[in-house]
Amino acid sequence: MDAIQTQQRPASLEARDLTRVYRRGSEEIRALDGVSLRLDRGEFVSFMGPSGSGKTTLVNLLGCLDNPTSGTLSLAGRPIFGEGKPLGERDLTRIRRELFGYIFQNFYLIPTLTVRENVALPLAFYRKPDVDGEVDRLLGMLGISHRMNHLPGQISGGEMQRVAIARALVNRPEILLADEPTGNLDTKRSGEIGDVLKDLNERTGLTIIMVTHNPDLGRLAKRQIVMRDGQAYDN
Amino acid sequence: MISRFQIALKNLLRKKSRTLLTMVGITLSSWVLVSLLGFNRGYENALNHDIENMGYQLMVMAKGCPYEAATMMLQGGKGLRYMPQSMVDNITKEPGVDKVTPILMQAFFDPNKGESGGIAGYFGVESSSFPTMKPFLRFRQGGWFKSDNAAEAVMGFEAAELEQREVGDMTLVPEKNVQLKVVGILERTGSQDDGTTFVPLRTLQKIAETDLITTIGIKVRKDADVAKLESRLYQLPDVQVVSFSQVKQTIMKLISTARVMVMSIAIIAILIAMVGVINTVLMSVLERRQEIGILKTMGAMPSDIFRLVWTETLILCGIGGLAGIAVAFASARATDILVRRVLPYSPSGGLVTIDAGLAAISLCVIVGVGLLSGLYPAWQAGRVRPLESIRGEG
Repeated sequence: MDAIQTQQRPASLEARDLTRVYRRGSEEIRALDGVSLRLDRGEFVSFMGPSGSGKTTLVNLLGCLDNPTSGTLSLAGRPIFGEGKPLGERDLTRIRRELFGYIFQNFYLIPTLTVRENVALPLAFYRKPDVDGEVDRLLGMLGISHRMNHLPGQISGGEMQRVAIARALVNRPEILLADEPTGNLDTKRSGEIGDVLKDLNERTGLTIIMVTHNPDLGRLAKRQIVMRDGQAYDN
Repeated sequence: MISRFQIALKNLLRKKSRTLLTMVGITLSSWVLVSLLGFNRGYENALNHDIENMGYQLMVMAKGCPYEAATMMLQGGKGLRYMPQSMVDNITKEPGVDKVTPILMQAFFDPNKGESGGIAGYFGVESSSFPTMKPFLRFRQGGWFKSDNAAEAVMGFEAAELEQREVGDMTLVPEKNVQLKVVGILERTGSQDDGTTFVPLRTLQKIAETDLITTIGIKVRKDADVAKLESRLYQLPDVQVVSFSQVKQTIMKLISTARVMVMSIAIIAILIAMVGVINTVLMSVLERRQEIGILKTMGAMPSDIFRLVWTETLILCGIGGLAGIAVAFASARATDILVRRVLPYSPSGGLVTIDAGLAAISLCVIVGVGLLSGLYPAWQAGRVRPLESIRGEG
């Protein structure tokens, strides 16, 4: 598949009848059961729901971390899934590096690299045009410049998640996928991270897709989607 | 921006002890490999140097054991056999012969040599022909004897050092109680000449009470067929011909078993280091599966991950290989002494010759083998799927 050029296109995401079926022995588990939805560029959407409702499965598919069993997905008007055979790891990676930034509950910072090196890490593998100075700009924007030479083990959980956000943004993604971004943080830090995400969305128009158990955090999003039994319901 | 090399280096520093132990293994293999290759090259070079310093390509000796003749030629020896000096005229007539020089080797027991006495070797040589055979010999003091029956001696560098002689001193021929005046002391040659005392041929014949000789050195014309000349010389009565190529082959055969053994040890050492590299890098990959998955989530291609892990292997092998080469350089003298003790025959001069070219070849071998070892772990790392490394609930 050719690399997707999205810099000049409106980032929208459209899924139709996305289904993901897992097999465990003879048992068939429909983690996602025909989900259809459309996200416009600049939307801040939260997916909420109990464990096993299919929200992470859906975000994995929307974020091109996995192939659906059936259904279609198009990003920025370009079909991704539903064109026949599943995409290989190389194609999925190419789409991810062009379009997405990811943050996770466990931050997943590299413990031997400093804060600054962690943020710059994606650039070691792929460089978009005009990213020089982006690392320092992001560190400043997220209020962690003073920690740039510290190791992850020397900073707080809230700061670690800010580092992870900066790392996710360094490639200037179209969409930020946040999977339980405050799952390992206390209430105060969760609120701070929620504010950071909301501020990012409002100031930069970045599309944010967030999975959370936290109703307070979920309510920060302009649009809330509730997942239940593998299906999505606009709240 | 952080480079792939920096990321790889920091990954290795995460488990310092494991990295260090693996590097020690590579260092040892590199040391063994460099020393072995240095020995292979050095031994042959030293042997060639010894043979070239003989100044002639063929030797004619009285018929006897060829190994004894070879030993006699390189080190001097006992149980000497003699032939008439008229043989020189017969050989000079042979086509292909450039120059000849008659030699009388004599060994006398010197009770003052070493702790319990030792053999002192004397070469009776012609002042007219022998120096022209060895134009490369340089004098530290003095020069060659004035005539073939003068009571004079030219001492090799070590022989003079051992006896603390200077030009003008007198030296005593043991057993015979004959005094000779030292007229020349040679510069060090790195060959057996260093330990020899040269005496005019007639003088030594007189001391040994013989008019015979033990050896005739033959310098062959450049355009001559050595093999044909050799076979013609064999037609002469009661003599045997020893060529340097024969001697070299005989000695190389003698040490071939030792070389095979050392080569086997080097191969085993490299294999052990290879397993060490695979183990270290694979363990590191397994421990970092989650991180590797996250890197792929961030856009690292399988080939990026492969190269990152391969870079770690390259660092391990590069540093280990360089350290091994440094150790081999530093311990070359000690290795030389050790090897000299276990070999049946060692030529003079350095037995272990390590130079920049050999070091570069060895480093390439170590890094090449290391990168080969890193293939499997790097391939495993490239196959990690990001989804497997992040939370799967939902």
